[in-house]
Parts: sequence; structure tokens; C-alpha cells
Amino acid sequence: MVGARIALTDDGLAVDARQLGFTMSPHEECAVEEAVRIVESHGGVVSVLTLGPLEASEQLRDAAAIGASRLVHLVDAREWDPIATADAIVDAVRTLEEGAEVFDLILFGNEAPDTGDYQVGIRVAHALARPCASGIKNLEVDANGVRARREFRGGDELFELTVPCVVSVKEGINLPRYPSLPGRVRAKKAAIEVLEPRWRESPLHLEALRVPQVTRERAEILGSGIDAVPALLALLERLGVLT
Amino acid sequence: MTSSVICLVEHDESGLIEASLRALSVAATLAQSSHATLCAALFGEVGDASLEDLADFGVDDAYLVTSETLTAFAPVAWARSLLELAALVDASAVVASGTDRGNEVMAHAGALSNLPMVANCFSAAREGDSVRLTRQRWAGSLIEESRLDASMALLSVAFDGVTAERAAQRTAPIVHDLHPELSDGDLVLRVAQWSDRSAGISLADARVVVGGGRGVGSAEGFAALDELAHLLDGTVGVSRAVTSLGWRPHNQQVGQTGTRISPELYLVSGISGATQHLAGCQSAKHVVAINTDADAPIISRADYAVIGDLNLVIPALVAAIKQRASSGS
Repeated sequence: MVGARIALTDDGLAVDARQLGFTMSPHEECAVEEAVRIVESHGGVVSVLTLGPLEASEQLRDAAAIGASRLVHLVDAREWDPIATADAIVDAVRTLEEGAEVFDLILFGNEAPDTGDYQVGIRVAHALARPCASGIKNLEVDANGVRARREFRGGDELFELTVPCVVSVKEGINLPRYPSLPGRVRAKKAAIEVLEPRWRESPLHLEALRVPQVTRERAEILGSGIDAVPALLALLERLGVLT
Repeated sequence: MTSSVICLVEHDESGLIEASLRALSVAATLAQSSHATLCAALFGEVGDASLEDLADFGVDDAYLVTSETLTAFAPVAWARSLLELAALVDASAVVASGTDRGNEVMAHAGALSNLPMVANCFSAAREGDSVRLTRQRWAGSLIEESRLDASMALLSVAFDGVTAERAAQRTAPIVHDLHPELSDGDLVLRVAQWSDRSAGISLADARVVVGGGRGVGSAEGFAALDELAHLLDGTVGVSRAVTSLGWRPHNQQVGQTGTRISPELYLVSGISGATQHLAGCQSAKHVVAINTDADAPIISRADYAVIGDLNLVIPALVAAIKQRASSGS
């Protein structure tokens, strides 16, 4: 959607996705990368879970291509709200932890790029009675737990948590790698465990989506190339930004 | 007893932060449509400037939340305190700004109370048992209209697309102290340490931001932008492409997944203007774009534009500013 207006379905209740390709969201991509890095330096296994339509298995394979070994897919094509999403993930985590060790660390992307809900990780953490640090852009893991940092007003806030815990991360925590060719080949053959999530209705009823009115028209052109510099300088003066 | 709408407001020594003023405006409209009292919740030491702001924005009651155990920001403890206050004042809604703190505390409040939390709202109005909402989707590329059915509405307010409007009539807020009951569990998650990163100008607060994108061409190419930012007492902001290429650190990224800026001037060059980038500069007062492509999306978002190569225009502008300074004009 680079610089484009978003097309809606005829009923105005959804984005028309027929012409769109799908990808992992930026924050989630960083969460997967972070998990792979932690396991590379501390050992362990990276499991990746997604909730979405059948086609979302592609994003699970993208995660496998950079090092995730267990892939879990909660298959459902409907729109899930944050409470329902968190419930489904909690159910899945309990299923996966049954008769096995608990996950030391559950990582989330901090918020969805569309609704920006900022809460699925937090809800999952409360349901599992584990602490959750949010908005994290730096994570150190050691035997005692995690040290998680995030930006706050030009500084850094540090949270210290013991495992098991939940951390929601933001883009910038790392620079995700590109998958290697052997990674891609391995990912193609990777097995995906499919679970059926429990649907629940949302208390938030969507009535319409609309594209905002664009209030600005074209910019006033000050000129071309360096010939425009005097006009640019005069504008900066007028805006009062020259000291 | 009249019901209430609570607004969690964040403040510093100069008063309430801009995002909280915007949240208060939305909360005030919701309180009016609910025939409810407008309460503000404030944590930590509160200065006179903040109390003045509360009066300007029509707050009826101010609750200053303090506790011996609450010595640093603790999101779960803040959420627990808000829920205690909500019970005390019979709140029909709790509203916070869509900052990291606001969203986070509201999300914890949602999890603790098992109530829905709706993020990034532009407006909220009571309609019977429901609250009618408009909110931001895709960082402002879409607007959602929806209806929330919940015994108490938990909302955060979008930063962009909302203006901070003072109340028609100034109020004289009654100040109350609230000492919440907190358990050790509520304090597990808390800021253990705060460190100042740099003495420089922060991107979010900068009055001038000089933006650069892939069109800058290389990490070294940013030297001219750094110099221009320095001359204008501003700072450099970059596009996602630039951080992905490793030319600049992510904390300089402007956009949906970076920092949202609200400078007086955003002088942006070599950035075509992806929606995700534009989402980060919606609150810039003036946008001046330098771009080789007159049809780039950034040109229709900008107020002024120069069509040309930034690698020629910016050094020439730097030279012109220096000359102006040395000639004392």
C-alpha cells in the first residue's frame, strides 16, 4: 500500500484484499528474528504460532526459513478481535505446554498494523499469570530472566522479569535477516501443526470503514534544483526556523 | 450518584503532555454525551501547571494517585489503581492517550477486568448502553466507525486527527488523594531503571526535523542533512528504507513503526512518501519536500516543494544559511 489509497469491499466493512499480497507485520518479523537470535546464543527451540486463514501458512514457512523449528497454525479466516485472539493463543499455549516444558519466553509483535490494539500479548500474559513487558526495543536474556528496555521521552526504561514471561517487541529491536537458500528449502518441507481456535463474538461492532478525506492538494512548487534555494531560504525565514 | 468518565493523563513539569490534552478533549465530549462527571487520574508528583491544564479542559475532579510502593512507573499497578478509582466514581468509561504508557495501562486494565479495550479512537459518544466510536485504522489510512457494548468502555485516543480543545467554561477541579490497594504482584512489572540516552534533541519533541530517505544515497550522504539539522536547531529523521539498509539507527525512523513527529517544520528529502511514513508526520505544521519526482506522493502531502536532487539542493541551502549568518542579516 505504498502511497496508495486503500480499496474497500462493496459493503465498506473490509479492505478489498483481492489485489494484495500478504506478509508478516514489521513488529512480528522482529519478534521472530529476536526469538531465533536468543535460541542461537542460548539454545532451545523456536516455536512460531499464527492465527489466520490457510494462506497464512506462508508466513509460518517464512519464519521456518530463518530458523523457527515448530510451526503452529490456528486456522480461521474471520476477523478476530484482541480478546478472542488472546483467548485462542492462551488455549494453544496450554495445549502445547501440556506434558511438556513451559515456554520460557513468549514474544509478540507489539501491536497490529491495522487496528493498533496494543493488547494481545498483555491479555495472554495475564491469562497465563506471567508478567509482560511491552513496547520493547532491546532484550537481554540470561539464566535469571530478561532485561527489557524501551524508549521513553528521550531515554530508556528498563524492566527486569524472570522467566517464564511475555515480551511484546517493536521494530528496531533488531534488523531481521533474509532467509538463506537452504533455509527456504527446509521451510518448504516443514510440518505445520494445525489447531482449531475457539471463536467468540466481539463486543465491538464494526459499522463502516471509510477512507479519510484528503485535505491537502498539491504543494506550492518553490522551484527546481539549486535555483529554488533563495525561495527556500525565504520560506525558512518566514516560518521562523532560522536562528 | 452521577456516573463518571475518567481520563488518565500524563504530565511533566511543564503541565500535561499534548497527547493527554487531546485525550482529555475526547473524554470531555464522551462525558457530556453521558451526562457524566469528568475525572482525571494523575500519578506521581503533580505540578501547578498540570492543575491549570485540568481546569482549562473542564475537569470536575482530579484524583492524585500515590502509594508508598509506587515509586516508579508500574503498568499493572497503574491499571489496578484506575480500576479502583473506576469503582469509586462509578465510571462508565476510562480514556487514556494513545502513547506507549496510555495504551499499555489500558491494555492491562482490559486484561484485569476482562473488558474490551479499543485503541486509537478519534471520538466517542454515549448512545444508550453503547458507545459510538470512530477510530484510526492502518495508522490513519482508514477510519473505522463502530459501536462498543461493554459495561465500562476502555479507550485510548489517537494522537493524530484529534485536536486539543479547551472547555467553553473553565472549571475549578476538586483535588482528591487516592491511595490504591496494591499487591506485590501488581508491582512485579515496574521500571527498574531509567537512563537518559543523549543530550541531543529528541525526534518526537524536535521543532525542526530534516528528513532523509533512500534518495540520500548512502550513510555518508547524511552528513549534509546532519549539518542542515544542526543549523536549524533540529534533528534528522529517516524513512524505514534507511534503517533497513543500516544507514541510520531505528530511533531516527519517522513513521507508523517508528517515531511520530509534530514539528513546526518537516523538511523532507529523498522520501517518496509511503503511507506508513506519512502516518508519522501527520502532525507536522509545515512540510517542505525536496524530491526529483514531481509526482511522488510526498509532493501532494507537502505544503511546499522543490523539484530537484537533494544532494545538490541541501548543500546549497546549507551554504546559503551560513552566508546569511556571516553577513549578519
